Amino acid sequence: MLSRVASHIYWLGRYLERAENYARFIDVNFNLMQDLPQDLKEQWEPLVAATGDLELYLKKYQGYERHQVMYFLTFDGENPNSMLSSVNKARENARIIRENLSKETWEKVNELYYMLQTGMEKKVWKKEDPRQFFEMVKNQILLLYGLADSTVARTEGWYFRQLGQLLERADKTSRILDVKYHILLPSPIEVGSPLDFLHWMALLKSVTGFNTYRRLYGNIDPSGIVEFLVLNKYFPRSIYYCLKEAERCLHCISGSSSEGFKNSAEKSIGELRSRLEYSDVDDIISVGLHEYLDTLQLKINHISDLIDSTYFRLKDNFIT
Amino acid sequence: MKTEGYSSQEHYDEMFTKEGAIRPHYREFYQFLSKVSSKKMNQLQFSANKTQKAMGMTFNVYHDNQGLEKILHLDIIPRILPNSEWKKLEAGLKQRVHALNLFLQDVYNDQKILKDKVVPPELILNSKDYLKPCMGLTPPKGIWCHITGTDLVRDKDGEYYILEDNLRCPSGVSYMLESREIIKRAYPQLFNDEGVMPVSDYPAKLLKMLQFLSDKPKPVVGVLTPGIYNSAYFEHSYLALQMGVELVNGVDLLVKDKKVYMQTTKGLEQIDVIYRRIDDAFIDPLTFNPKSMLGVPGIFEAYKAGNVAFANAPGTGVADDKAVYAYVPRIIKYYLGEEPILHNVPTYLCREENDRKYVLDHIDQLVVKETNAAGGYGMLIGPKSTKEEHGRFKKLISENPENYIAQPTLSLSTVPCLTENGIAGRHVDLRPYILYGKEIEVIPGALTRVALKEGSLVVNSSQGGGSKDTWVLYN
Repeated sequence: MLSRVASHIYWLGRYLERAENYARFIDVNFNLMQDLPQDLKEQWEPLVAATGDLELYLKKYQGYERHQVMYFLTFDGENPNSMLSSVNKARENARIIRENLSKETWEKVNELYYMLQTGMEKKVWKKEDPRQFFEMVKNQILLLYGLADSTVARTEGWYFRQLGQLLERADKTSRILDVKYHILLPSPIEVGSPLDFLHWMALLKSVTGFNTYRRLYGNIDPSGIVEFLVLNKYFPRSIYYCLKEAERCLHCISGSSSEGFKNSAEKSIGELRSRLEYSDVDDIISVGLHEYLDTLQLKINHISDLIDSTYFRLKDNFIT
Repeated sequence: MKTEGYSSQEHYDEMFTKEGAIRPHYREFYQFLSKVSSKKMNQLQFSANKTQKAMGMTFNVYHDNQGLEKILHLDIIPRILPNSEWKKLEAGLKQRVHALNLFLQDVYNDQKILKDKVVPPELILNSKDYLKPCMGLTPPKGIWCHITGTDLVRDKDGEYYILEDNLRCPSGVSYMLESREIIKRAYPQLFNDEGVMPVSDYPAKLLKMLQFLSDKPKPVVGVLTPGIYNSAYFEHSYLALQMGVELVNGVDLLVKDKKVYMQTTKGLEQIDVIYRRIDDAFIDPLTFNPKSMLGVPGIFEAYKAGNVAFANAPGTGVADDKAVYAYVPRIIKYYLGEEPILHNVPTYLCREENDRKYVLDHIDQLVVKETNAAGGYGMLIGPKSTKEEHGRFKKLISENPENYIAQPTLSLSTVPCLTENGIAGRHVDLRPYILYGKEIEVIPGALTRVALKEGSLVVNSSQGGGSKDTWVLYN
């Protein structure tokens, strides 16, 4: 596979997953806000903080009014990570490698693009409850995954897209979890209160993990949820699971056995995966959840850089 | 749907005779049309355009700030050609491509035709499309123009005339293929009843032709594109997808020991045949335009060493220059000893004094074209232009006579189209595609371009043209 094509497939995977997760971000916050006592103000700042784009936000806006934050996260073309930007970039990547996609896949990506265009025209971020729109976006992306799952040959291209999707998902799960850290409870006494409980529940629902969590862990308690979302061996959105699968993709691409490593990307992801594999939730709490997640995000970024230098970087063709 | 009031007197109409009778090859379609409601036709039209959008059948318009991508409007009323007419077109196109290929081989090698003064040597040797680096070269299998998209029009007399030869990188074939898919869905039953010759095997034929250019048992083939900002990018990726080959950019390729390689995730992989959709001048910055960012340094040396084949071969542009066009009938006679089967449009060469004088005196009756411009740019349609425009072109011609030719205005034939005000005639041209591999083959179909504006003769997609599916009947 052409290096350039592999790179576009990888980024197609990442941007689609990013767009889907932004739909989830909005959803989690909406859920949270609805459960707040009336005297408590809506909190939209944590959402911006969790996406890592607070600096850009503050350059453009003042205050954290709901429509404004929502616009920033969804339709603001100047925010490189907004849902619109991600979908545009996903489509751009798909367009560049269209010859590598099935006709159906391309058409669904194209549809998604027009869905966002329509949403933009209708100014959905100003609606009282725009969740239906985000649900639609999420479903369209899930449809794409389903389509790929049942039609794409398990050759290099498949693994590069999966790789992009899984690394993005690991990053975004860590950020969704981080939203909770940023949300302030009225006072420290509220930790463990019904309000706190509601927050955690909303968070689980946003990753479609509520029922699974219930079945596996029973009671809602913060350390259980952190373990579930970071370390769980079976939940497909847990950070450990994503890294383990991403590592498998890398091995399939290089054709190496499941043990050891053949290149720096495999080495780095193997180290991180085994670190998580042999951690328990106390290791996380002792570092501090936010700090722990921060470090994790940096490491995932580093792995992405290594994948780039291993597989995607082109030699200048003037040097012969 | 009603066709009363349809005017077929002024021009040759493909469906109706001057007297308003239905031409035999349109009979079945006419029956269908007379039974269907206009509401239904509008629905079919709507869903055809919707499908185009969903498929991303777009082309890019340069310098257009309404966003880069546009849809080429597909009118759902087909343009139908009876088999007898097609047979003649087929024979004429084969003859023409055959002769032009011999001409290219000759002007880059022995130059017999120039020595015999059948074609003025300075016209060829001074042409900016005559690529000196190609001198003495014979491309793989001796083929220069592998893919040709000849433009034809039909004048008042119903006769076909060749308008342009398009031997460089003719585009539009993807529209022929995708339009057919859409139109098939619009008229499933009619399609069966009519007996329309298929075009869908074009990508398979194209691939076979490209593979034929290499002597390897399993040659690696790629389509070379300038990238997503090129106006025909949709087509480049479409053809790569349909052939199942790589779509490469210049940056993907590098040359080592006069061989061309693709940069893949598994290292370098040699590429043997390149269907290049970038212009000659941009192929190799070391040989041609040094500023080219699209090409591959050293690739021309690899081509000269016979390690890679190009389709079309670099240098074909010299034969589809609008001034050389005037000599094509003589070129056919010179190499094949045959009379041309298809006519040229009478052409005045402004480089020749008598012709120039005639052009300057009759500019209000002529179409003036720049010899090296494409896409309907640099063109004057005399009868439809103002005095100021006439003056401007007169000045341009006097300053640079070699750059201009002129032709009488042909009245392009009309075909019924679905418009906002019901069915009305619009002018069309015809672009069939010819593949030259083991043998020369004309694909039984074409891109029919339509001037969507009433009365307009400009069919170019970049200037408000649309398209039609073109049916060549078995009988």
